[in-house]
Amino acid sequence: MTDLLAARSQMAISLAFHIVFAIVGMGMPLLMVLAEGRWLRHGDPLDRELAQRWAKGTAIMFAVGAVSGTVLSFELGLLWPELMAFAGPILGLPFSMEGFAFFFEAIFLGVYLYGWERVPPRAHWLAGVGVFLAGTASGAFVVCANAWMNNPTGWSRLPDGTLQIDPVAAMFNPGAPGQVLHMVVAAWLSVAFAVAAVHAWYLRKEPGNRFHRRALEVVLPVAMVCAVAQPLTGHVAAEHIAHAQPAKLAAAEAQWETMARAPLRLGGWPDEEAEVTRYSVELPGLLSLLSFGEVDAVVTGLRDIPREDRPPVAVVHLAYQVMLGCGMAMLGLSALIAGLWWRRGQLPDDPRLLAAIVAAGPLGVLAVEAGWTVTEVGRQPWVVYGVMRTADAVTPVQGIPFTLAGYLGLYVALSVLVVLLLRRQFHHAPHGGAA
Amino acid sequence: MTWELLLAGLVLACLVLYALLAGADFGGGVWDLLATGPRADDQRRVIERAMGPVWEANHVWLIAILVLLFTSFPRAYATIGTALHLPLTLMLGGIVLRGTAFVFRHYDSHRTEVWRSWSRLFAVTSVITPFMLGVCLGAAASGQIRVDAAGRVAPEAAWAWLAPFPLAVGALTVAVFAFLAAVYLLAEVDDPELQRAFRKRALGASAVVTALAWVTFFAAAEGAPHLRAGLWSSAWALPFQAFTGALGAGILAALVTQRRQLARVLAALQVTALVCGFGAAQYPYIVTPDITFTANAAPQAVLQVVGGGMVMGLVLLLPAYLWLLRVFHAGGALDTPSAEDTP
Repeated sequence: MTDLLAARSQMAISLAFHIVFAIVGMGMPLLMVLAEGRWLRHGDPLDRELAQRWAKGTAIMFAVGAVSGTVLSFELGLLWPELMAFAGPILGLPFSMEGFAFFFEAIFLGVYLYGWERVPPRAHWLAGVGVFLAGTASGAFVVCANAWMNNPTGWSRLPDGTLQIDPVAAMFNPGAPGQVLHMVVAAWLSVAFAVAAVHAWYLRKEPGNRFHRRALEVVLPVAMVCAVAQPLTGHVAAEHIAHAQPAKLAAAEAQWETMARAPLRLGGWPDEEAEVTRYSVELPGLLSLLSFGEVDAVVTGLRDIPREDRPPVAVVHLAYQVMLGCGMAMLGLSALIAGLWWRRGQLPDDPRLLAAIVAAGPLGVLAVEAGWTVTEVGRQPWVVYGVMRTADAVTPVQGIPFTLAGYLGLYVALSVLVVLLLRRQFHHAPHGGAA
Repeated sequence: MTWELLLAGLVLACLVLYALLAGADFGGGVWDLLATGPRADDQRRVIERAMGPVWEANHVWLIAILVLLFTSFPRAYATIGTALHLPLTLMLGGIVLRGTAFVFRHYDSHRTEVWRSWSRLFAVTSVITPFMLGVCLGAAASGQIRVDAAGRVAPEAAWAWLAPFPLAVGALTVAVFAFLAAVYLLAEVDDPELQRAFRKRALGASAVVTALAWVTFFAAAEGAPHLRAGLWSSAWALPFQAFTGALGAGILAALVTQRRQLARVLAALQVTALVCGFGAAQYPYIVTPDITFTANAAPQAVLQVVGGGMVMGLVLLLPAYLWLLRVFHAGGALDTPSAEDTP
């Protein structure tokens, strides 16, 4: 394994691990605030109990997120020193703001988790709102920095070689709005589906348990609203990519030929040697329509992009299909839940529906991982699109495969432990009594 | 005043706050490791209650240092990441294991053997992590990390940290953090037996700190001549030595005469003076002798936005931060268990 591949893999597993905890920091506070808000309005202790249970799971996840996020801020310099020597100042604004947002998040979370008895109820709820706003803002700022790597605006090199930087223009680069919107909703969506799955699981085992019913009543509306919103934010992001990063779009769609009326492909396997995509279902003209607003628009194919500038097509296409598939499945399930809920006038708890909710639990997180794979692998071979190649940013330090192995072992062990500990928190859930 | 100086000052200020706040959390782990006697677990629980609500917020000062470095002094950040790759990786491993062990201990089964295993992991990594942090600071000051005009780090720099001076700074860092923690904890317990335990530890740690400070100073003769010159023969060296010496004597007097709050304030001042002394003696270097903060700063536009934003952000942040510290560290002694302890 080369050091470059090891560095890329180490960054990838660090990001893939951290993102799970990052979305929890964005999504869980929303659910806790909703439950505690119900308690403040109606005074039902079940709602308070719910918020407190969720807070325990959040505390575990937040700590792992804080330390794995620290690893990432170091790894930028440990693995990609030349990227940071160049881009550090350009990205200073979003990263500083992220630092502050994270600081607020940690402060409010400290009050929220440990302050149930120490601060007045209203102040406690407001601390929860603070966690929610700061957590979401912190995620949004980081995504702004990532969007700059896809859309490197706000800087120029003067004739004498020095950089002229407009930090505000870099932060609010044209890719930022779409990416931020898509990621924020993704975080809420995947957390809502994962939490719903946990409570659906227990409600199946113990039908009528009021605690788990109440949990589903709080979390399912969030899941459904986000599942509907997410394809729309995805469309905004994809439309931008079509203009700004034709290679990424072509790889995601496995589009080899430059053509008008380009089809949208479902599934299929791109053959990078033969430069064709086999076994896919093609919906004619739909890619052109979705990307550029008209059926006859021309979509650039990979054959017109020099080989050395192409991302790995199979990985990107496959990840893109996984993301879309998960999104569609969550949308479909949401429609079903909404329909049943509306017809019955109360939370639908048919065991088959609960089984489906359990099965859909991992879909949101899977979609987030797949989506980030599209963003990051789809940008290759560039680390800063069109400006700096990943191979030119990597550290000269050798032996990266060893640190890669170390992190891999560490993160696998931590994942197992987190799952065991979360199970503990829910296993002894209150028996809210039969309805 | 120039923007470079403001930003370098902010880095130092964050390092001071990290030492005063997160440093004490690391020190808590040291005392968890060294807890003895029939009431060892009581000591551990007091430490846990002191850290629980605040350690994550305290940890953010380290992130602030990193962000300030790579936005304002990008070449310094790249150099440190390359030359100190191995010690920083070890430190990161420590950060991850320590944070997770601390939280897992709280939420895992409270059966004694499970609780103690997590305690052990948390305590050991609480020693390793600040040790590696000190080693990295020492290596950056050692003058052994050379960088050419194109920004390439000389290959020998990879081993600059394995020398007497950086290792001494590492040990000193652990001792200073342990000292701070003992003095803070002493001020926050009511039980006379626990008070005796933490007073004893504070006095012992201050002796170790003094001894290690001298070791570090002698190691600096060969290991960090620029730093030593600053601390020994610069214009401010004498007043600085006198000030820290007086503080040291004041802390001892306060500890012996049971003025616990005064001891806490003086100890915090002492550590502030130590870190500022280190920073002043390093002037103008971030990585001695090739990376100065004056010649390697980011463009002015960036320094203005980040520096101005940072100052404004701190003004917004401080009320919330003080609220957090007040809610959990004012009134209500740490050795009175509360309902929130049992998960």
